[in-house]
Amino acid sequence: MNTTALENLQAAFPDATCKVVLNSVVVEVQPENLENTLGRLKNEQDFNCGLLVDITAIDYLEYPQQQERRFHVVYTLRNWKTNLLVQVRTPVTDAEEGIPTATHLWESANWGEREVYDQYGIHFQGHPDLRRILNHWQFEGHPLRKDYPIEKGQICFDTDRMENAIRARLVKNGVDETTMKDINTEVMFLNIGPSHPATHGAIRLLVALDGETILANVNEVGYLHRGFEKTAEQRTYNQIVPLTDRLNYCSSMMNNIAYVKAVESWLGIEITERAKFMRVVLSEFYRVLDHMVCLAAALVDMGGLTNYWYLYNEKEAAYDFISRLTGARLTSSFTRVGGMYRDFYDGWQDDLEAHIRGLEKGMGDTLKLVDTNRIVHERTQGVCVISAESALSYGMTGPTLRASGVPYDLRKDAPYYNYDSFDFAVPVGSNGDIYDRFMIRFYEMFESIKIIRQALKDIPEGPINVVDSQISLPPKKQVYGNIEGLANHFKLIFEGVKVPQGEWYDSFEAANGELGFHFVSDGSGTPYKLKVRPPCFYTMGAFAKMVEGNMIADAVINLSCINIIGGELDR
Amino acid sequence: MALGLEASLGDTVITTKLNKIVNWGRQYSLWPFVYGTACCAIEFMSTAASQYDISRWGAEVVRFSPRQADLLLVCGTISYKQAPVLKRIYEQMPDPKWVVAMGACASSGGIYDNYCTVQGIDTIIPVDIYISGCPPRPEAVLDALIKIQEQIKGESILEDRHKDFKGILD
Repeated sequence: MNTTALENLQAAFPDATCKVVLNSVVVEVQPENLENTLGRLKNEQDFNCGLLVDITAIDYLEYPQQQERRFHVVYTLRNWKTNLLVQVRTPVTDAEEGIPTATHLWESANWGEREVYDQYGIHFQGHPDLRRILNHWQFEGHPLRKDYPIEKGQICFDTDRMENAIRARLVKNGVDETTMKDINTEVMFLNIGPSHPATHGAIRLLVALDGETILANVNEVGYLHRGFEKTAEQRTYNQIVPLTDRLNYCSSMMNNIAYVKAVESWLGIEITERAKFMRVVLSEFYRVLDHMVCLAAALVDMGGLTNYWYLYNEKEAAYDFISRLTGARLTSSFTRVGGMYRDFYDGWQDDLEAHIRGLEKGMGDTLKLVDTNRIVHERTQGVCVISAESALSYGMTGPTLRASGVPYDLRKDAPYYNYDSFDFAVPVGSNGDIYDRFMIRFYEMFESIKIIRQALKDIPEGPINVVDSQISLPPKKQVYGNIEGLANHFKLIFEGVKVPQGEWYDSFEAANGELGFHFVSDGSGTPYKLKVRPPCFYTMGAFAKMVEGNMIADAVINLSCINIIGGELDR
Repeated sequence: MALGLEASLGDTVITTKLNKIVNWGRQYSLWPFVYGTACCAIEFMSTAASQYDISRWGAEVVRFSPRQADLLLVCGTISYKQAPVLKRIYEQMPDPKWVVAMGACASSGGIYDNYCTVQGIDTIIPVDIYISGCPPRPEAVLDALIKIQEQIKGESILEDRHKDFKGILD
């Protein structure tokens, strides 16, 4: 498929250099052609890339091969229908002067470009609101530039008032001075968070209210920015696995799997059948747990504390299985490049089956209280609606996008780990309201359990790691028994798995949506650059669109049903 | 058996030190404010849930207003962006107040030794108890709670414990 995609793209853009990297086509264009290229990729029938997945930049300052331009910006686009993944790369002549913005094409470019500006200091001409997003407003310099020292912290003395941002948003929504006089009440500004029970973490919402109705909303993220990407540049590939635990900490194992999958796909490793099945079983198990935390929290916000106990107690019980398997309750770090850390323990099937039954009971009990509950229906149906078109434009993926009626799921559309051989459905919503986003998680949990049961039947015996001395650690018997084994172990631990030079993007269907990793490797055991494509970040970007025009209390339950996890949102 | 003054007052009156009676009351009715930012907050949820049940130590009344709380539980990483918010919340809490740094990040920055993470919240506010772990198990949170209760027992109600504290934001 990619050869035809490549031919089509090369024919359409004769001036650009096109090449296939893994399952994406990389189109290299000059900055003056960027706007035109992106526009055509979005609007032309042949390409129709409705989803701007991510934007990132690369600083080639210390890269072994000297590049003509220090900075390159990469736009990752996707046509979810034909599974066409395109990366548009462009060199940046002058970071101060910048390159043209893509905000008029996709809404998701707004936050994506702000992040690139914040982290790399590259300007985007014509961006409506180019200010920092992850780092605080008193920060000076751009941390992901290679000449920024990692340990150089900068103290923030005061929080940003965000007054200009909310006023600009009011004007954008058509509320100006005269309307304010016309409506009989004054516009009230209300700040929620960053430490507030409704935010379930550290996010700040600022709303302008007419009575209880939200006229405008702006959000501040980055309170949990922990420098994942900069830290990853200092670690070997396997040392990054524990960092990925802390992205979406409700489903840490899925991050582990997504991360090593991305590394393995570039290395060209086919992992063993048993490892594949283990990853499927564990991903789906964690998907259920992730959705459970989300639903439990959402129901508390809606006033149903009982449901919280029904769901949370089962999740708590499932931790017993996880801690027995991985040694930790929350932060699993269970994968390694080329396979898994350990095999399942003896008798795991019975434990898992018992926990699945427990989870089903918790879900069933909750559904009985929720499914036909009029209060739930009234509070959620037709509230905070987002259309399929807008959801795509904002770069939403996963359950929140499917709730708006777009049946895009990487497990179906770009199957990996034998997902195409499992029998499962992708639940799709019809209205894109809170009710759909909420119920879709219930149905996905049942589908995940279906996959686990099928995988349990078919899981083969065998090794869990590939046999390759450049990738997997040798057996302990060899490490202690002969010098070659010892040297092999030592080199792999200290230097890390050597990954060939190059640049690639690979993605995974995590609980919240498309979790992608964009790597640049300089051939050493440490990534030159690692950018996470966090599903939450773009969903949060659409938050204002969802809540404006609705009531303040709706915003609270909308925030809990889109499952924003700070670790993944801010990295 | 009553001795001294109590013997002459009869069995309806007890005498004690003010410190002792007030601390006894404070000790078993700590109201936590959960400053949850990251993974540790999920483990705090487990501590509060049925299996570990923090109410066995009289600290289940989780408040989300700092003005109603006397135990600040900092669960998770504190970034420089968040530091002024944490400080403000600490200042809003009425005295007496105690602070627990839950987990490696809050205690020392943890694995995040970089440009955006505060290397331990004790550079911003005074901390009474540190919990190790990434994240700590619920038992460790309960252990910290018991240690705070022990500490309260020996405190003076008149003394301001942290009047000399100076953090990076002061």
